[in-house]
Amino acid sequence: MERAKKGDWVQVKQIVLPPEGRAPQAPEDTKATPLLLWVKGFAKSDGAMGEEISVETLTGREVKGELSAINPRYVHDFGDFVPEFLVIDVQLRSLMEEV
Amino acid sequence: MTLDMSYEAVMGRKNEIMKKAIGIDYSEFESGSLSFDYERMMHEAGYSLDEIRKIQGATGVGNTPLLELRNITALARKYAPAGKGARIFVKDEASNPSGSFKARRAATAVYHAKRHGYKGVIAATSGNYGAAVASQAAMQGLKCIIVQECYDSRMIGQPEILEKQRACEAYGAEVVQLTVGPELFYTFLSLLEETGYFNASLYTPFGIAGVETLGYELAEQFRERIGSAPDAVVVTHAGGGNVTGTARGLIKADAEDTLVVGASVDLSGLHMASDHDFNRKSFTTGHTGFGIPFATWPDRADVPRNAARPLRYLDRYLLVKQGEVFYITEALAILEGLERGPAGNTSLTAAFVLAQEMDRDQTIVVQETEYTGAGKHPMPQISFAKKNGIEVLFGDPDTEVPGKNIVFPENPGAIKLREFDLDKARRSYIRNAIDKCRSEGCPSDEDMAFLAAETKSDRSFVQSVIEELKASK
Repeated sequence: MERAKKGDWVQVKQIVLPPEGRAPQAPEDTKATPLLLWVKGFAKSDGAMGEEISVETLTGREVKGELSAINPRYVHDFGDFVPEFLVIDVQLRSLMEEV
Repeated sequence: MTLDMSYEAVMGRKNEIMKKAIGIDYSEFESGSLSFDYERMMHEAGYSLDEIRKIQGATGVGNTPLLELRNITALARKYAPAGKGARIFVKDEASNPSGSFKARRAATAVYHAKRHGYKGVIAATSGNYGAAVASQAAMQGLKCIIVQECYDSRMIGQPEILEKQRACEAYGAEVVQLTVGPELFYTFLSLLEETGYFNASLYTPFGIAGVETLGYELAEQFRERIGSAPDAVVVTHAGGGNVTGTARGLIKADAEDTLVVGASVDLSGLHMASDHDFNRKSFTTGHTGFGIPFATWPDRADVPRNAARPLRYLDRYLLVKQGEVFYITEALAILEGLERGPAGNTSLTAAFVLAQEMDRDQTIVVQETEYTGAGKHPMPQISFAKKNGIEVLFGDPDTEVPGKNIVFPENPGAIKLREFDLDKARRSYIRNAIDKCRSEGCPSDEDMAFLAAETKSDRSFVQSVIEELKASK
């Protein structure tokens, strides 16, 4: 099990509101789930993934939560290639030749 | 004493938290009935155009290039009747420091926070505004927290929002991420209470005044280049600040005759707070899920009185489809060499069809672009949509069903002009307002004049809607 050391840059997860504590106006499917929160900070103690630890965030707040990632990476990218865009591009160029 | 942090308790402390976090006593502008003095609020709580130009200029915000889109204009003319096909220009707002027009709003908000001694700023936003506030906070030396609605309950994040998280963190902000739901506001209030930071809301008088320079600037640039103000300005409409600020700036530049046209992506049928629907949309802003509710009731925002009041300014409101915006985003890159958007190209898509009904010697300004990059680009948006079971196909854009499919137009001629009936929005605004009447004499004479101004209509229109409401009860 991966462990964080005190001072590591980590992400913690918190249950802010359980399903029964959610806002009355939330749609039914949303109300069936808890309101979750993630925030990053420096670990204030060692801990294993899933364990509750405290972090100090960039603004100096202390936040408690379940350790969910260590040095969390950015997962977004340019996605899979979308060939439909090539169809559009080729069409646009040929239309411009007619113009 | 420990504070009660339950949803109900925090929401119950809303007014006192807000007062400390904005420093505006909104009650000064209230009449006690429906109406409030909007212009006085904008004047007294905001900044003058000259002050804002100075504030923005100090951090390199504004004075963005105005570019003529000659090839897209030529393409629009191919589908326009003889003599039609207005010239299309774009204000390249992506060249602002944080890559979008939102830098204008953030510059004034952060300046105001600093001047009033706040140590930090907080904004609740999943969009470009987060990066803008974070960038301004970095420039002006304040701490910054951005609260995002980012994930569904499986912790799957919209790529566009994940990119905004990265951008905010790149500027040194703390990003608090939440699963979907209306309680974003609850977390936001809790953080304001905990930190004592400034509420850098999108909807304060100074935030909206920050956008006025955009309308003013484009009218000035246009007069210098073309000799007159543009015939129409198309504005991507979501929360209403872009429309309101731009239109007010045009008026301040004496360009009252310029038509103000709003444009949103049609996401009808998707519930914005639904865990299931959250990742089935390919636009996280500029869509009807914000555009219509904020037009028909602006005071649903994170401030007591919203300074963004789009129905006061909109002359027309056009709807476009997701597939159409992606198509035009490709056209902007392929034909004009500008890789921007996609969400910011909502107004360009509307302009492409609007141009076809206007004369060739007329002019349209698309008043924004936004930066593009990983996550925030047609490629990751469409591949994310496909992974979420959305069908992607070519066909008639009118067959697009948000959350089910994305239909790319078979050719640019298939992109259509869809008018949203503004009178419908006006009726709905008046109904929402009348629902708030609590006293015997409501609506008062003053309220009637207020409702007419709020809906850019007149007293007889307001009266007729009130009578319709009475008749239906």
